[in-house]
Amino acid sequence: MPVDKWQRQNNWLGLATAVVLALCSASAMAQPAVDDVSEKEIERYRAMINDPMANPGYLNVDRGEQLWALKRGAKNASLETCDLGEGPGKLEGAFARLPRHFKDTDKVMDLEQRLLHCMTAIQELDTKDVIARRFSGPGRMSDMEDLVAFIANKSNGLKFAMPVEHPKEKEMYAVGEAMFYRRSAIMDFSCATCHAEEGKRIRLQGLPNFSKPGKPAQETMGSWPTYRVSQSQLRTMQHRLWDCYRQMRMPAPDYASDGVTALTVFMVKQAEGGEITVPSIKR
Amino acid sequence: MTHIRVTALSALAAGMALAALLAAPAHAQQQAIDPVIVDRYVAATWKSTSDEWKARVAQDETQRICTATGNNPPGADFDKTLAREVATVVYPTDGNVLGDWKRGEQVAQRGTGGQFSDTPTTARGGNCYACHQIAPKELSYGTLGPSLVGYGRDRKYDKDEAKKTFAKVFNAMAIVPCSQMPRFGYHKFLTEEQIKDVVGLLFDPESPVNK
Repeated sequence: MPVDKWQRQNNWLGLATAVVLALCSASAMAQPAVDDVSEKEIERYRAMINDPMANPGYLNVDRGEQLWALKRGAKNASLETCDLGEGPGKLEGAFARLPRHFKDTDKVMDLEQRLLHCMTAIQELDTKDVIARRFSGPGRMSDMEDLVAFIANKSNGLKFAMPVEHPKEKEMYAVGEAMFYRRSAIMDFSCATCHAEEGKRIRLQGLPNFSKPGKPAQETMGSWPTYRVSQSQLRTMQHRLWDCYRQMRMPAPDYASDGVTALTVFMVKQAEGGEITVPSIKR
Repeated sequence: MTHIRVTALSALAAGMALAALLAAPAHAQQQAIDPVIVDRYVAATWKSTSDEWKARVAQDETQRICTATGNNPPGADFDKTLAREVATVVYPTDGNVLGDWKRGEQVAQRGTGGQFSDTPTTARGGNCYACHQIAPKELSYGTLGPSLVGYGRDRKYDKDEAKKTFAKVFNAMAIVPCSQMPRFGYHKFLTEEQIKDVVGLLFDPESPVNK
């Protein structure tokens, strides 16, 4: 293992302990009167660990870089000619402008949908196994999470500027908004039940307001994909939405489905102008 | 189709007017998109879902009305929704709505059950603390719903209020149409016994809620 990676992992182990302890003590002392104090403490530790050398999410970025250049599939080709919207192989800024309409498929696609398309079209790769490993777990790495981490990281320092101009992009936005407010299932929840007001929380967890453009949406979208300390994995927004629907008692949405892309379009639009700093690290 | 859109539009207009009168938060929601298109996306998103689970994706009439009106059903829809929900409430046959507050606290704490990551036998809870402050000693509570500290005491342990509270937990929309709170009894998510225990937590003078 290269020295820098070894150091990253070891730095990580020490810091992980510090973070977990910090978050535990922060939530233990949290109560209405000291909420601000807790928030500031959590923010201080977030800043402390916001260091590429300490964030294991960068291991996913490194793996994603290798997967991007890896020749595989029936055509023994890499993904390096894949057009993510900025031109074949152009990665800088691609994540900041996704999802978007692609002429070749005449579809609005998010990053995951586009990568699966490139795997099929360029590599002639059977994506069954890739989709089966869409989310990582103990002993199961995810090519998709790694690729998303690598590609999203190439937009670091840039701001969300997704186009909503093509009629199909406009439709996606409108559908995403409608799905955001759509109540269903055995809890009668919609996304808006939890994410339509400022300063609300579930238990002690703050909830970003996505009902209007602004800072909460910008900061949320600008910090995913993220390394989840509680799950010991890098997670994408695709996974976060899957987890939201789980908690809403809805069935799991299909991976890389158009409804998830529509919601993503709505959320990225609300986050317009927000700076991308990924992968971040979260609870 | 045109009819549905016109209805939705007039409902929205009336809803906006009503929103100004009601204190309930109205969502600034656009209903510009044809619901048929939304349904098509929804169907595509849960395409590989089993038939049993697909029932959760479909909206019942109340969920549909609440969605279409930004949770502010106007005039006739308000009355119709209220009447429909009131009719679903099943009270305990012996008339006793007060269960065991200690078990009620467990129901209020538990956040599992009914998720696709759970098994059919996973214990179910109301997860009340996710949204409400309840017993004051529990500091990890959410703020989506109002604080329930002193709930029974504030209502002078009135029997009719306790009965109304049973109805509220059984079906929150039987009290306030399009309430954000889950309809725990209507969906058969919690049992009658569990709902009684939660009412006990809120109404028993010995409950920490009222201490």
